[in-house]
Amino acid sequence: MSSADLSAPHEAVANGRGLSLVPKSEIKLGMKDFKTDQEVRWCPGCGDYAILSAVQAFVPELGLKRENMVFVSGIGCSSRFPYYMNTYGFHSIHGRAPAIATGLASSRPDLSVWVITGDGDALSIGGNHLIHALRRNVNLNILLFNNRIYGLTKGQYSPTSEIGKITKSTPMGSLDKPFNPISLAIGAEASFVARTLDSDRKHLQSVLREAVEHKGTSLVEIYQNCNIFNDNAFEQLKDPAQRDDITLRLEHGRPIASASKAVRRAADGGIEVVPRSAVSEDEILVHDAHRADPSLAFALSRLDEPAFDHVPIGVFRSVDRPSYDELMAEQLEEAIDERGPGDLDSLLLAGDTWRID
Amino acid sequence: MTKQVQQLDRVIIRFAGDSGDGMQLTGDRFTAGTAEFGNDLSTLPNFPAEIRAPAGTLPGVSSFQLHFADHDILTPGDAPNVLVAMNPAALKANLGDLPRGADIIVNTDEFTKRNLQKVGYDGSPVDDGSLAEWRVHPVQLTSLTVKALEGFSLSKKDAERSKNMFALGLLSWLYHRPTEATIKFLENKFAKKPDIAKANIAAFQAGWNYGETTESFSVSYEVKPAKLAPGVYRNISGNQALAYGLIAASVQSKLPLFLGSYPITPASDILHELSKHKRFGIRTFQAEDEIAGVGAALGAAFGGALGVTTTSGPGVALKAETVGLAVTTELPLIVVDVQRAGPSTGMPTKTEQTDLLMAMFGRNGESPLPIVAPATPSDCFDAAVEAVRIAVKYRTPVMLLSDGYLANGSEPWKLPSAAELPDISTEFASGPNHEDGVTFLPFKRDAETLARPWAIPGTAGLEHRIGGIEKAEDTGNISYDGDNHDRMVRLRQAKIDGIADDIPALEVDDPDGDARVLVLGWGSTYGPIAAAVRRIRKAGGKVAQAHLRHLNPLPANVGEVLRSYDKVLLPEINLGQLALLLRARFLVDIISYNRVRGLPFKAEELAGVIQDVIDSE
Repeated sequence: MSSADLSAPHEAVANGRGLSLVPKSEIKLGMKDFKTDQEVRWCPGCGDYAILSAVQAFVPELGLKRENMVFVSGIGCSSRFPYYMNTYGFHSIHGRAPAIATGLASSRPDLSVWVITGDGDALSIGGNHLIHALRRNVNLNILLFNNRIYGLTKGQYSPTSEIGKITKSTPMGSLDKPFNPISLAIGAEASFVARTLDSDRKHLQSVLREAVEHKGTSLVEIYQNCNIFNDNAFEQLKDPAQRDDITLRLEHGRPIASASKAVRRAADGGIEVVPRSAVSEDEILVHDAHRADPSLAFALSRLDEPAFDHVPIGVFRSVDRPSYDELMAEQLEEAIDERGPGDLDSLLLAGDTWRID
Repeated sequence: MTKQVQQLDRVIIRFAGDSGDGMQLTGDRFTAGTAEFGNDLSTLPNFPAEIRAPAGTLPGVSSFQLHFADHDILTPGDAPNVLVAMNPAALKANLGDLPRGADIIVNTDEFTKRNLQKVGYDGSPVDDGSLAEWRVHPVQLTSLTVKALEGFSLSKKDAERSKNMFALGLLSWLYHRPTEATIKFLENKFAKKPDIAKANIAAFQAGWNYGETTESFSVSYEVKPAKLAPGVYRNISGNQALAYGLIAASVQSKLPLFLGSYPITPASDILHELSKHKRFGIRTFQAEDEIAGVGAALGAAFGGALGVTTTSGPGVALKAETVGLAVTTELPLIVVDVQRAGPSTGMPTKTEQTDLLMAMFGRNGESPLPIVAPATPSDCFDAAVEAVRIAVKYRTPVMLLSDGYLANGSEPWKLPSAAELPDISTEFASGPNHEDGVTFLPFKRDAETLARPWAIPGTAGLEHRIGGIEKAEDTGNISYDGDNHDRMVRLRQAKIDGIADDIPALEVDDPDGDARVLVLGWGSTYGPIAAAVRRIRKAGGKVAQAHLRHLNPLPANVGEVLRSYDKVLLPEINLGQLALLLRARFLVDIISYNRVRGLPFKAEELAGVIQDVIDSE
């Protein structure tokens, strides 16, 4: 990213409702201000390095006070992330980061709260917390590192592994149908859902920028390579020979198409991917991320199945609705407006009392 | 007709009926009238877990027992003097508890052939002489109610539903209870349905008038107000007192309260109560599950709130891992366990003291935390404040062990004023704590308390990371060093053990100082034990009593107290959990008395047990 690009997004983000209550830094912070003195302990070649570097380079642009940023994580390789961010951080327990972050974010609207999680952490042991965080719409940014494998426990299949995955725990192949995280999030009433790729730093940062600006829970699925247990899981999206054909960029107001493929309305009412050459430009579906009805976003989330032939990348859905923390704070204010701030003596004396002399 | 008025020093009434008959409401209102009148009182609601069990069956019986007196009392009473039985099932289920000569008021309208058969009566016990040992007052409660409401445009079914208010009116007449508050209560409760309000008031007044005019009641009773310590009183249940204690602790600690909770019997009323008090800045979060409830509370604590989660035993089991995280991250957290009969789902509406060992040890690794247990319903207030004091000062999760009996039972409470409450505020870390003047060490401990600094997000320069992985001493960085782990395990234990110097010594009540038998208790057994001890002393026996409020750490003098008596008796509503701890820790013998029937001990029962121990000396 050139330095000329820096100021514009900074302005845009500063105006985003998602950060409206987070205090701005008086001094200009740089990438090095967000690095800690802790040795990063991911395997060499892990996709997590790229994501960490992209995030550390991106967050100074937000212009926030560093002390008002908190990274909360669960358990797994990705969940070590907070140790490497020089902000406040909480490396918690398996699957529970959304719950912990919900308590923090709903009681401290002045914080920018991030959840770092993985496919096992968010979708298996912590599935319940994830879906409820999404429907509640607490002001959180959830970064889901999806490598389609269990890394820290050394290579078992995960809830996003493809059927038939041969792993240590499934020597004859896994039997269960995987989750599609984007479909799941849309089904769980998420107000912001996006997908990006660990290796595409520019795209990753642009998606993060939108996620942070968004008020409420934003879920960003990041395809992340585990070069030890599931290497090249997303190779098609990185291989210069195929990526431009496979990747369907989702950009609000723009036609949904790759170099050679395009998405259009199908005769049966659904959507379909067809050769770009087979359709005229005005037949190509134009992406509307702000569409209130989630059905089209859901349909887009199904395009990479069953084969990984064409994969939508970008913001699937971004709709504005009140965040849980805002509504909670409003109820408190309303209660105080109506009856004044609480007074302990009057509370105890309320109800039927009697005096003994 | 002038009726005779007889003076009594105490009365125990039990209202019993179908779970849909409104017995809990009837009991609550009679209690409110009794409190207003100035008697000392103690209550014991007893109801099935099912909201509406099949009508007229034994499992569907719901009851409410109230003990009131002209002197201070300690328990809801062993055996009722009066039973109000709304149907045959209620009679059958409760008759076994009635001493001979007790009064039974039966709603004969419900003693139909079908209802009698449902509970295995061949004929009506009211008519066949089988109740000759008791004083039976047959009253056609249902039809009298319907008749009294003839002028109202109500269906017969709706009119019948007011029969509990008729019964309340009758009992209010019988015991000279004030009526104004109940009328006002009904007006408020049915403010949106004025017809229903008027009908209920009419039924209530008809019940009163019935007592005044009928010949089936020739005597009414008066129980003079009790001479309690001067002050302003209100009647309060354990759950309400606990909720108020948490609010008070929030005010006194200057920390905003964040409650993360999932509905569970018998703890849900704390969630309900706290959710009403948003103007105290209280955030209540009904989570998706028990784990999220405690997780959110811990997250809020990381952000500088007073994090609280409320639950019962099954919920504590689910929260264990997060409580362990609070232990190792050394953040203040209150975990309220309103114990109920277990294991597993057990008997959700019945009381038990069976979670003590889970509170002590129910987490992986060496994971010590302080445990506080209230002794009476109103003591739940003080116990909550104490739990918060310890949590905040020592940066630790604290388990507050209430139980179903305390939660739903009630008693008069002499109101404290906010000014009398302790200041339990703390200071957040505001700057570097290293000698170099620039470094912040999130796990550098206070020399006296061993507590670590509480540095909350938003504080510049103190950015740090905490987590469940073992931390290096002082820096808090990840450490897998064995010697460091050994030190940290011992430091966390020493921090909790050290609280023993910051809590009151165990007090022994031994009026003559020459008792050889000590009866020890913890939690809700206080009332029955103290009542039993009174009985023994009244009969000339000698027994000392002591009650533990802090279960972990124990007060510093516990070993000394245990060793200074020939025999120590410990009644518990479990199979000897505290006894196990005391024997292990102090190598003293303990005589356990254990029953797990879902109900509190009876004073008479315990007096017998104590006497046996004295006699065996």
